[in-house]
Amino acid sequence: MSAFHFSAVLSTALALGLFTAGCGGSVEVKAATLKPEKERKTAPDFALKDAAGKVVHLSDYRGKVVILDFWATWCGPCRIEIPWFMDLQRKNRDRGFEVLGVAMDDEGWEVVKPFLAELGVNYRVLIGDDLTAQMYGGVDALPTTFLIDKTGRIAAVHVGLASRKDFEDGVEQLLQAPATVASSGAGEPVVSLGAK
Amino acid sequence: MSLWSLSAQSSGHLKVGEPAKVAGARGAAVEAKIPVTVDPGFHVNSNHPSDDYLIPLKLTWTSLGALEGGEVTYPPPKLEKYEFADKPLSVFSGAFSVTASFKVAANAPPGPGVATGKLRYQACNSNTCFPPKTADVSVTYQVQ
Repeated sequence: MSAFHFSAVLSTALALGLFTAGCGGSVEVKAATLKPEKERKTAPDFALKDAAGKVVHLSDYRGKVVILDFWATWCGPCRIEIPWFMDLQRKNRDRGFEVLGVAMDDEGWEVVKPFLAELGVNYRVLIGDDLTAQMYGGVDALPTTFLIDKTGRIAAVHVGLASRKDFEDGVEQLLQAPATVASSGAGEPVVSLGAK
Repeated sequence: MSLWSLSAQSSGHLKVGEPAKVAGARGAAVEAKIPVTVDPGFHVNSNHPSDDYLIPLKLTWTSLGALEGGEVTYPPPKLEKYEFADKPLSVFSGAFSVTASFKVAANAPPGPGVATGKLRYQACNSNTCFPPKTADVSVTYQVQ
């Protein structure tokens, strides 16, 4: 997996609009940096294996809010965020929310499994590949994390260490939003992280 | 006298500078200083990172040609604190040199040659890390 292609991912993150609409609900949610619904594009489907060897597709999670986190064991900032995701998984899994980790370690499960066991990671982790990384714009900078809404569209991208509150607010906002069907974006390239 | 020169490739957020030219002779001990520059705002882990999970900077030789040894000496690391780590990390940043010590083989044939190696590193900035990369390193020499 040495062929992650470098991409100017920050440009995409910056290109995402701010979502400022207030959401009705019992929990007050501060507006997170979510892309307006009409501007969201469908997250590319992929087929990657989990630790048990089962092939997992992103489309298996349609109808749920998903955090899709590209990370690696050698990535310090990734290690900060993972416990946050474990908390989010614990608090929200019964509300239609899942975290999917995609490990980009060249050594694969040999290094990833011990790490998951050490931290007691409570969400599903997959081993990434070049094809999947390319579908998501290269994903050279880690962590890169996508917030995906219930209809399978990308609502936000965080490149680099983000704030815990951004994730919490974003997830809550997406959970409270109705699962409206996207009127556009399906079949289009999901993200163009490469600016070159 | 012999003329040595050093050259290397660069990739990612690290560059290897112009070769330092050194002179040597059969049986002589010589040093090659490999100038390395890390992009502003970035760092690479030192040869002895602060945590086991971090990937160290490491120069290894793949072919020594008429040279022997090739022991690598790294500069003193910096201890820098980053938001993503509880404790300061042992890193290299900015400009520094990696020194390789060779001995010209006693039976080295006169003339030019090249020793080649790989510099593996893994770069981060304050909140993002990049996959490990390898830069080709070559030391050109001439034995007289």
